[in-house]
Amino acid sequence: MKDIEIKGMISAHTIMAASVLMATVLPLLFVDGFSVYGTHLVWLYSVSGAVAAVNITVYWLLGISPPSKKNTLSYKVSKAFRSCLYFILSCFLFHTVVVLYGAPLLESALETFSFAVLLSTFTTLRCLCILGPNVQAWIRVFSRDGAMSVWDTSLQITTACSMIGAWLGAFPIPLDWDRPWQVWPVSCTLGATFGFLTGLVVAPLWIHWHRKQLTYKSK
Amino acid sequence: MKIRSSVFASLCLVIEVFGIVLFLRGFFPVPVKSSLSSKSKVSDLPLEPLEGHAANSSRIPPPLFKRVVIMLVDALREDFVFGPKGKEFMPYTRHLVERGSSHSFVAKARAPTVTMPRIKALTTGSIPGFIDVVMNLNSPALQEDNLIWQAKTAGKKVVFYGDDTWIRLFPKHFMEYDGTTSFFVSDYTEVDNNVTRHLDSTLKRDDWDVLILHYLGLDHIGHLSGPHSSLIGPKLLEMDDILKKIHTALISKVKHGLLKNLLKMCVEHSRSNIPLCSGSSQLKLSGHPFALLVLIASYFKTVRIGFETPEPVEQVDFTPTLALGLGLPISQNNVGHLILPVFEENTLREQLRFLHLNGFQLSHLIKDSTPDFEKDPGYEQFRIAEKSHGSWMKLYLEGNTSEVLSNMGKKVLKQYMDALKSMSESLSKQLGKYDMYSMIVGMSIVLEVLFLLLITMAEALSGAAEVDLPLSSALCSLPFYLLCLFCSSIHVMVCTSTESTCYFCSLSWALVFAVIAFFSSLLCVILSIIGRKLFWAKPQMKNILKAQSSDSGFSELDILLLTGTLGHVLSLGASSFIEEEHQTWYFLLNTLCLAVFQDVCRKYFREKKSHRDLDENSYLPSKDDTPTVDYSSRTSALAGYEKWLALVTPLATLVCCRMLRSLNQTGVQWAHLPDLGHWLNNSEHIVELSLLAAASLVLIFLLVQRRCSLVSKIALGLGLLGVYSYRAAVGNVLFPWQQDGRDISKGTVEARFVYIFVLGILFTGAKDLLRSQVISSDTQLKSRGLWEIYSGVVLLAALLFRPHNLPVLLFCLLIQTIMAQFIWKELQYDAAQTTIMHYWFGQAFLYFQGNSNNIATVDISAGFVGLENYVEIPAIFLTAFCTYAGPLLWACHLVCYLSSERERSTAAIGHGCYCFALLRSIPAAAYIILVTALRYHLFIWSVFSPKLLYEGMHTLVTAAVCVFFTAMDQNHAVRT
Ligand SMILES: [Zn+2]
Ligand SMILES: [Zn+2]
Repeated sequence: MKDIEIKGMISAHTIMAASVLMATVLPLLFVDGFSVYGTHLVWLYSVSGAVAAVNITVYWLLGISPPSKKNTLSYKVSKAFRSCLYFILSCFLFHTVVVLYGAPLLESALETFSFAVLLSTFTTLRCLCILGPNVQAWIRVFSRDGAMSVWDTSLQITTACSMIGAWLGAFPIPLDWDRPWQVWPVSCTLGATFGFLTGLVVAPLWIHWHRKQLTYKSK
Repeated sequence: MKIRSSVFASLCLVIEVFGIVLFLRGFFPVPVKSSLSSKSKVSDLPLEPLEGHAANSSRIPPPLFKRVVIMLVDALREDFVFGPKGKEFMPYTRHLVERGSSHSFVAKARAPTVTMPRIKALTTGSIPGFIDVVMNLNSPALQEDNLIWQAKTAGKKVVFYGDDTWIRLFPKHFMEYDGTTSFFVSDYTEVDNNVTRHLDSTLKRDDWDVLILHYLGLDHIGHLSGPHSSLIGPKLLEMDDILKKIHTALISKVKHGLLKNLLKMCVEHSRSNIPLCSGSSQLKLSGHPFALLVLIASYFKTVRIGFETPEPVEQVDFTPTLALGLGLPISQNNVGHLILPVFEENTLREQLRFLHLNGFQLSHLIKDSTPDFEKDPGYEQFRIAEKSHGSWMKLYLEGNTSEVLSNMGKKVLKQYMDALKSMSESLSKQLGKYDMYSMIVGMSIVLEVLFLLLITMAEALSGAAEVDLPLSSALCSLPFYLLCLFCSSIHVMVCTSTESTCYFCSLSWALVFAVIAFFSSLLCVILSIIGRKLFWAKPQMKNILKAQSSDSGFSELDILLLTGTLGHVLSLGASSFIEEEHQTWYFLLNTLCLAVFQDVCRKYFREKKSHRDLDENSYLPSKDDTPTVDYSSRTSALAGYEKWLALVTPLATLVCCRMLRSLNQTGVQWAHLPDLGHWLNNSEHIVELSLLAAASLVLIFLLVQRRCSLVSKIALGLGLLGVYSYRAAVGNVLFPWQQDGRDISKGTVEARFVYIFVLGILFTGAKDLLRSQVISSDTQLKSRGLWEIYSGVVLLAALLFRPHNLPVLLFCLLIQTIMAQFIWKELQYDAAQTTIMHYWFGQAFLYFQGNSNNIATVDISAGFVGLENYVEIPAIFLTAFCTYAGPLLWACHLVCYLSSERERSTAAIGHGCYCFALLRSIPAAAYIILVTALRYHLFIWSVFSPKLLYEGMHTLVTAAVCVFFTAMDQNHAVRT
């Protein structure tokens, strides 16, 4: 059972990592003068769009989302609506946190917000896909020893890795090297992306190494 | 010998301060000095080189300038003339520059750009030593060979108007002078009018040769309200008018058949947005501040097309240029080289002669300062150039006037220039000569202290909070004597082998031996502690380790505190991170608040409520089965609103920090950005500033008074009122019932009134403390006494802070109050965690105040609050207090907090004190090692060494705090 889940996770994660790479490479064909630094926002939205699309399709196909009790259309619509709301809220939340960390308040607000969107895609969106818009479940997963399946553990790992990546990404900003990637928010988005990719790689490995210790309570 | 942790920590810090002082003594080099004690004389000048013949003229070519006017404008930035501001406000200067009848240069000034060292640099041509900064405020007469002395000896008449530092540096050198004091920064009109009022009459007269004008008004405006102030435009126009007046006067003199005149306008210390002396627009490429120099002379005829950016030169280069231009010998310690374009009108022979004179002086200085000067490339080049100069002269005197001659002359010129540049460079590098012996001794003492602190960590943080130092056994052991012997022999070897000039050689033998014995005993103590740990207490240690690992793993907060501390130490390795250290602290503080928030969430919403706590927390929930302390038992006891307040506290702290951060932009890269502080200091916003200051003072009173006795409450209230009236008297803020015509005073009376209340409150606090110790063992009384001392410190800080910084004080108190109330108490952080948090907050507040790791941001004006004149000791104390007010307030609060939390652990203060000492020792020791390793780094003088001074000062402050801690701990020990 676990091995199958791990294999599924590996393939899902591979697809997601591939989508990030594709989102970096493909726009070269369509957008003039596309580059990660030069047209940073285009790159950012292409990555977050690709990750969002892949996330939603993969988890929908795998059927990992919690089984819903009611299957009516109205329930699904309201669920989708709440998910969107949560996503937008999380974007604003991240934006606020980033501003508290010292990002300029008014100047380059668009960049800051895009960064918040990217972070939300890497974290909140995955939560929404795996756990649904159910805050109780989120709290359970993110409190100590709250993971109940390999997917929960992978969620914990990728989320934490994206966060740490973004956090570490802020360090090169004060250096005076005048490189294009030191411009706000390039280093942070790159950090978050690398963190996310690392999380995708690390999660299955970590679960594999620790599969003896990991005993999940039944749902 | 068993001693308490607090005593141990204080001792360690005191020793560390001693080690740092020793290190600093060796680190800051003594400037290059010529061995000749006398001054250069015309008779000592070398002959003009000539091949084959012995004698030729030894005189200097005729002076280029008959008269020189040196106009120094403090804080005139390059862009004030060459930027868009220059077009608008300095039309005449711009016109002169663009017309091409002038030479303009941007002069690189070396690191300490404070008034006195800069004047020294301008007149002696030597690069000021860093220690000169410390002497800045107390300037004795200049003994070195200098331009003014040379001018006076040559019978030139020097007239001076401006900053009285000159008059103190050159007593009896000026034919006529009028000095103005630069201490009262709030005045920017009188200082300049004082200079200008002499100008008309002086310009009409013919009895002077050198006129020096030093204008301070612009600098004072910059100090008051930053470089974007609306006052700057009119001031620049005024300066432009003065320049025009001088220039026209000089031109009319030329028409009357006099010799050429030179008007030199230069910047004493140019400045950036940093609201204090010096700094200047630091171009990061070279790391040196730049100053602007415009040479305007009636005779420069070169027509240049268009308007080019001025070429960079060293500021010291003006000394030889000016000296030779006036026909004076170059002063002996000059390290600068000629600026050739100034002499372009002279004949080739004269130019070569000038270069030769300059080269001769430089080579002499090299001979004096380097033992193996023969190998110096510059010196060799100069020898070659001198030879070819000789053969050129031979051809020239033979009457050869062919093309070949002029080509050859140009070649010699180039050779000379190269030689001069390379000699000048190698002389400047000499400043990097360190007294390695003192440095190593200082460093090893600091390292020993750090090791001692580290290896005793388990004992010091144990419940007993006692450290067992095997002092007697170490002192009686054989290794101690062997070490002493060994070190003494090293000392003899180092100090007798070559003619080294280290600090230790100049000390008496007894003192040196005392240092050696001390050093060896420390080492022996460390060794014996390690030995004891390894052999005797092995099983016990194992037990401790086991106990530790079983009962508490690291929580996310612990990991953050550890990585933050270590990460900060690592970040000191990059010059940018030193310049932007405030960013590191703000970043860590933010993360700390979020981690605390996560802890709060975890405590209050165990499985219940809706808070996504991981988003903010960057750490992986650990998988090991080691739950931290279980808080749930207390949860039920808490009222609902307290929970919400606790949840809001870290967020409110975050918002406060964000606001404070935009109050003062500091550092280097983003220092130019507009900030609230500048906006408030703009004279148009004085009403807002007054309201803000008044509101802050009221709120400070409300926050502080709650735990004071009635008497100190009243004293505090009156004191804060006094603070406001002091600021009103100085003219920073408005009194609502103020008459328009009131003139600005120094506010001495008001400030002294506040000082009396500060002393009164401190006295009451001390009395309460004494009573709690001697008469009744009353914890209540003691914590009240401590709080009163704390409120006295707050009052003093309120007096010294500039009015726009009062919100910093307010938010500091606010955060302390709410964090103590809802976080530290409720979440039961232990003493070590609380101490680290206090230390981080203290560091962040140091930068919130607008400080940076640049000497330029030290607010010297705090040293003159309530003083009629400059008095050294109070001024230094007040300045240091104002600079370190943030860390001090947090440390004071820590003492109050830890001693009020007595019921939890009696060892809390000891633990806190020990953690404080450790937190200070780690960066200090790491930084000292780093600076030693990077001592030939490009930015060593501009970035690393100011930070070293800050580290030393910070250690001193922390040592004082720890002694205070110890005193508090003592009380407790006596009582129980
Ligand atoms: Zn100044
Ligand atoms: Zn010596």
